[in-house]
Amino acid sequence: MIKLFSLKQQKKDGEASPKTANQKKASAAQLRIAKDINELNLPKTCTTEFPDPDDLLNFKLIICPDEGFYRTGRFVFSFKVGPNYPHEPPKVKCETQVYHPNIDQQGNVCLNILREDWKPVLTINSIVYGLQYLFLEPNPEDPLNKEAADVLTTNRRLFEQNVQKAMRGGFVGGTYFDRCLK
Amino acid sequence: MSEKLETLSNRWNNLRKILERPGPFSHPDFEPSLEIINFLMNTCKILVIGAGGLGCELLKDLALMGFRDIHVIDMDTIEISNLNRQFLFRHKDIGFPKAEVAAKFVNSRVKGCQVTAYFKKIQDFDANFYRQFHIIVCGLDSIVARRWINGMLISMLNYNDDVLDQSSIIPLIDGGTEGFKGNARVILPGMTACVECTLDLYPPQVTYPLCTIANTPRLPEHCIEYVKVVQWPKENPWGTALDGDDPHHINWVHEKSLERAQQFNITGVTYRLVQGVVKNIIPAVASTNAVIAAICATEVFKLATSCYVPLNNFLVFNDVDGIYTYTYESEKKENCLACSQIPQTVVIKDPEEAKLKDLIQILQEDSRYQMRSPGLITTIDGKNRTLYISSIKSIEERTRENLNKTLSELGLKEGCEVAVSDITSPNTVIIRLHFQTTDVEMKKLIN
Repeated sequence: MIKLFSLKQQKKDGEASPKTANQKKASAAQLRIAKDINELNLPKTCTTEFPDPDDLLNFKLIICPDEGFYRTGRFVFSFKVGPNYPHEPPKVKCETQVYHPNIDQQGNVCLNILREDWKPVLTINSIVYGLQYLFLEPNPEDPLNKEAADVLTTNRRLFEQNVQKAMRGGFVGGTYFDRCLK
Repeated sequence: MSEKLETLSNRWNNLRKILERPGPFSHPDFEPSLEIINFLMNTCKILVIGAGGLGCELLKDLALMGFRDIHVIDMDTIEISNLNRQFLFRHKDIGFPKAEVAAKFVNSRVKGCQVTAYFKKIQDFDANFYRQFHIIVCGLDSIVARRWINGMLISMLNYNDDVLDQSSIIPLIDGGTEGFKGNARVILPGMTACVECTLDLYPPQVTYPLCTIANTPRLPEHCIEYVKVVQWPKENPWGTALDGDDPHHINWVHEKSLERAQQFNITGVTYRLVQGVVKNIIPAVASTNAVIAAICATEVFKLATSCYVPLNNFLVFNDVDGIYTYTYESEKKENCLACSQIPQTVVIKDPEEAKLKDLIQILQEDSRYQMRSPGLITTIDGKNRTLYISSIKSIEERTRENLNKTLSELGLKEGCEVAVSDITSPNTVIIRLHFQTTDVEMKKLIN
């Protein structure tokens, strides 16, 4: 047991001075993200962009799938890592408009590990692989864009054409998509 | 002097019975003395974080226990829904800062007690502020805030040759309640399990799969969550973020949620539920707060006086059905991100000349580290700085020039800490730079 009384009775205002330079410490979230970033092992279809290299909590991930419906496309995701990381997952948004059953027009992404299945043992790398997988295997079972999901289940060819149309820039159904070919 | 004698002889008689004579349950090393009550009343300085449900109870308990120098931080103002249990506040106080109103109330009610209020966030203060306190006790409702103060107290620890200097420890007593359940714990930063060690104990926030709330809602909560995460950002009726304290916002979400619920034949969307989902409201029970705060205040007293054995170290309380308590020792996590981080000293032999690449070379070649491709970050003047990370191309390109800068050009001084991550270690490691000065300089410093 520590004896506070004997250790500290002499302690008065401002008397105890720090031994070292009074430096603000990196938070646990920062220490963890530094580890995640340093060990990012990106698939060759992915790159990251850090607008401010001193800020590891906000960055972009660019995915250029090399197979599947979305090959030749270029999709940008923004990552915002909060102070409660890794207790809470980062906030990930798709900044590119995409015709995809699991991504809506506001950029919300339906990926289980980004919400209900997030666990602190997961890393930024897990999310990168999860996102890449969404482009290889769009999942019509859990749709966010229900129309796209319906097309994918009923007519794969039409779905493929729609994806191409959207990536070249233009209307699919009533929705306009910006060009996002790489 | 006369007032002091008077208070000592009358009002604090009960305390003197505990502190001036041994008892069957007192701590084996306890030495009864007149000095202890003197310390309690004239020297001991306590910080209470939070002046809400637990905070009001804590302030009352500590003031009536004899602590006379109490400080309280709270960033909130009083709302009408607080008044049923936050008994230091009255209807006329609505809208005023909790910390200030609570301090004023205790100061006028408990003679001789001086409560100092700070209407601020804990993050507004630095180590120099927190260092003045003997014990810190928290009644918080946020994990972020708990992690922050925990990290702060751990960063204030001093180590001499890897041995913890006990006088740099500020004990942290943390209470928490949720409805009829509560917990209280004693943390001796650096010695016992900290908030970060037991982070898994906090329940994750309730979330629903995005696709469910978008397409196949089944619960009223799904409808509200949909309006919150999809409709609000899309329509943004007031052009701001959703504010759970703004009745207009809640009304809007309520209406839209009802519409959506109707579409899917879901019942049960009420104004209160909307508030609950949007603000993540946890029902508060006054009696739970009273019990947990009393336990926390007792622990403050035990630590301040050393008269009894403190709680070791985690108590859970539940009075849903009868009363249940259980105390166990939560264990320190070996690779805790916060408290296992004993800064390792790296000696820099030629501080004037040493460059960042020399430091990296030490980390790679020194037998203690043998790292592969360390990434280095630090904080300089309160700002995060990435010194060098080789694995990310965009960062590498922009930090490469740092390699040839000297440590002082980069703003790194004697005693500065650098966080280093590498695949050879499961966690980010903290190193502390020690600039070795030559004998001549040393003499200059002494003189």
